[in-house]
Amino acid sequence: MSAPLLSVEDLRVSFPTPAGRVEVVRGLSFDLGRERLGIVGESGSGKSMTGRAILRLVRAPGQVTAKRMEFEGIEIQSLSERRMHDLRGARISMIMQDPKFSLNPVMTVGRQIAEALQAHERPGRRATRARVLEMLDAVRINEPERVAKMYPHEISGGMGQRVMIAMMLIPRPSLLIADEPTSALDVSVQAQVLDLIDELVRDHGMGLILISHDLNLVSRYCDRIMVMNAGRVVESCAAADLHRAQHPYTRGLLAAVPRMHETRGTLPVLDRSDWSGT
Amino acid sequence: MQMLRRDWYLDDAPASRLQANAGRFYRAGGLLLRNPLAVVGGAIILLLVLTAALAPWIAPYSAVGQDLSARLLPPSAQHWMGTDELGRDILSRVIYGARITLMIVALVAVISAPLGLIIGAVSGYFGGWVDKVLMGVTDVFLSMPKLILALAFVAALGPGIENAIIAIAITAWPAYARIARAETLTFCQSDFIGATRLLGASHGRIILRHVLPLCTSSMIVRVTLDMAGIILTAAGLGFLGLGAQPPLPEWGAMISRGRVFILDQWWVATMPGFAIILVSLGFCFLGDGLRDVLDPKQGGKS
Amino acid sequence: MSAISLQGLDISYGSAKVVEGVSFDVAEGESFALVGESGSGKSTVLKAIAGLAPGWTGEISVLGQPRGHRPGRGFARRCQMVFQDPYGSLHPRKTVDTVLSEPLQVHGLGSRDARVEEMLRAVGLDRRFRFRYPHQLSGGQRQRVAIARALMLEPKVMLLDEPTSALDVSVQAEILNLLKRLRAEQGLTYLMVTHNLPVVGFMCDRMAVMNRGRVVEIAPATALHDGSFADPYSRALYAASGGTAHD
Repeated sequence: MSAPLLSVEDLRVSFPTPAGRVEVVRGLSFDLGRERLGIVGESGSGKSMTGRAILRLVRAPGQVTAKRMEFEGIEIQSLSERRMHDLRGARISMIMQDPKFSLNPVMTVGRQIAEALQAHERPGRRATRARVLEMLDAVRINEPERVAKMYPHEISGGMGQRVMIAMMLIPRPSLLIADEPTSALDVSVQAQVLDLIDELVRDHGMGLILISHDLNLVSRYCDRIMVMNAGRVVESCAAADLHRAQHPYTRGLLAAVPRMHETRGTLPVLDRSDWSGT
Repeated sequence: MQMLRRDWYLDDAPASRLQANAGRFYRAGGLLLRNPLAVVGGAIILLLVLTAALAPWIAPYSAVGQDLSARLLPPSAQHWMGTDELGRDILSRVIYGARITLMIVALVAVISAPLGLIIGAVSGYFGGWVDKVLMGVTDVFLSMPKLILALAFVAALGPGIENAIIAIAITAWPAYARIARAETLTFCQSDFIGATRLLGASHGRIILRHVLPLCTSSMIVRVTLDMAGIILTAAGLGFLGLGAQPPLPEWGAMISRGRVFILDQWWVATMPGFAIILVSLGFCFLGDGLRDVLDPKQGGKS
Repeated sequence: MSAISLQGLDISYGSAKVVEGVSFDVAEGESFALVGESGSGKSTVLKAIAGLAPGWTGEISVLGQPRGHRPGRGFARRCQMVFQDPYGSLHPRKTVDTVLSEPLQVHGLGSRDARVEEMLRAVGLDRRFRFRYPHQLSGGQRQRVAIARALMLEPKVMLLDEPTSALDVSVQAEILNLLKRLRAEQGLTYLMVTHNLPVVGFMCDRMAVMNRGRVVEIAPATALHDGSFADPYSRALYAASGGTAHD
């Protein structure tokens, strides 16, 4: 394997509370190549904070420390805010949960995508337009010309999320962080959006970090899975081996999901005393 | 004895209603005490209340006793703030004036805040024509300058401190009604109101028990911030001779009388002016602090 | 007598019709699901039954009594609702105790202390939680309180609006188990709105699939085992939810 795209060692994120600083991410380490990594956990597990910490989007009073956090060999922590700004979007992109809150309501879809591109490079007007339409086509929007002229409130949630993906991918980043990219969408649209992300990531040879609460979904779209609980990775395995997971937390999570062929009278409930020694 | 312990207030699992409420106030109080401006504001207001309560004991002279041989004396060891044109001790008058100021502030708040709250909450909760009528009336009041409106009322009712209070209260409620309506609109569609309606609760009960408690915190903040304006309006009315009548030591009226001597005997108008500024500032500081504590979303967190 | 009966229900918001010609019956003691995607009108049907969406025409009756367009005191004793968002359905300034006592106060019922304690035990909340405020509770605990509030008046019919979709899977399992147990213990009828088909498989006996304001199919929950749906939309929804026919 070549040098990793992203290498994180001993990442810690902490927030002050009246009872002292509380760590929400406690010593996370991983290497990411050009592969698809899934981070799974329940709310409060620190999975979203991990994604934000990589992009240095954790706001004060939150505090991020790490022994090492290298992206393509560059130490992220020591970059100036300006350099970081150039890196975000251009080299690392992030797709957030709900497109409704991430799109500017008073700007057409086409202009927003064009702006995302122009923030990082300066192609001519013609070239920009061509790239925007090409990108809209790539995220399988049927009439790119028409959609480019629409405002965010005129398009559906699934289309909004595809527009977001277009915005994030148009500068051709080498790492995409998707934080619950489909949890605001209907099931029938979820699969389309995830398939699309999957295809684009493979085609461009990008790295992907998929953050989700849904174990099954992550196992379907990722190569490797890290299960987080209370700020720590409790289990790390290949996606294909998920059903052979060892840790009681992972097993508990898997068992707690109702199945389509449900015959159980009661669902097994996590016994949290099993592993949380602290 | 238990009530004096910190853990009792901060208990995560309170054992009674009393403890739960006490805990909530304890936490809010703690936040307030950590805000330096609020502490300064609170101290000024406390000073005002103490001064008003203890006026007969701390004032060195009578507030109305005249001594024509000691007219217009500058500040000195005997008269810390000097004397006015009738030889009355200004410090004593300012101290007694605190009572009048406090009374105006308290009465205006007691009349206008609940009035505004109820009108606004009813308007926002029911919507439709109720909302249109009530907000129409509110807009009529809001569209006129406060002092002019108060002047018109006092002119109609006759000068005097009581009428000044009524006039100020009448001009103050529309702003509160607007705020209460806006707040009500934001959560009258929320699930907890829907759930309460489903329990069979009457509209009156929902407004009184569920809607109003949510409006009150922003109302307290707003009223506190408005106190400064109320004091100034009262002083303005007093200055124009339409508020407190002589010989009542109202601060605005005192400035008005000192105006004649402002070039030669500056202290006559300046000393009550300082009192007005200090108390207004106190309320503003306290209001800002309360806002940070009561609704952290709006607070000026930078 | 059916617990809930809808006949030709149309619901409009202003001029837009969001639900059209919905008819179904839920038998007493049954657990019935309304499934569909966002915008299918499933939650609106629930709100209309509860009296929180007044713009409807058609016939709704609950336990044999026709429904008016607003919530009412008599209706409150027969039918209650649990909302989707546990963070929005509890008053932020009221303790658990106040929330649970309120229905008793509204209906002038006595021995409040004992009833509140008993209900807390029934929904699996420790007595310690009784005087807490919602912000001191987790999402799952809040939903338990909301369920307890709905059960305080001992209704026979419960309307459940996506009761677990805002919760983590491990907490979802706890709440689903709770709802299932309460139904068995108290002989409740459930009408549950959800987009999650496996949850239907666990909780319900029958389901109505809704699409664009219409019921396209009413099927037994066992259809989830083999994907034996008649309507193409139901089949598409089943496939998208990860169901594979005939395996």
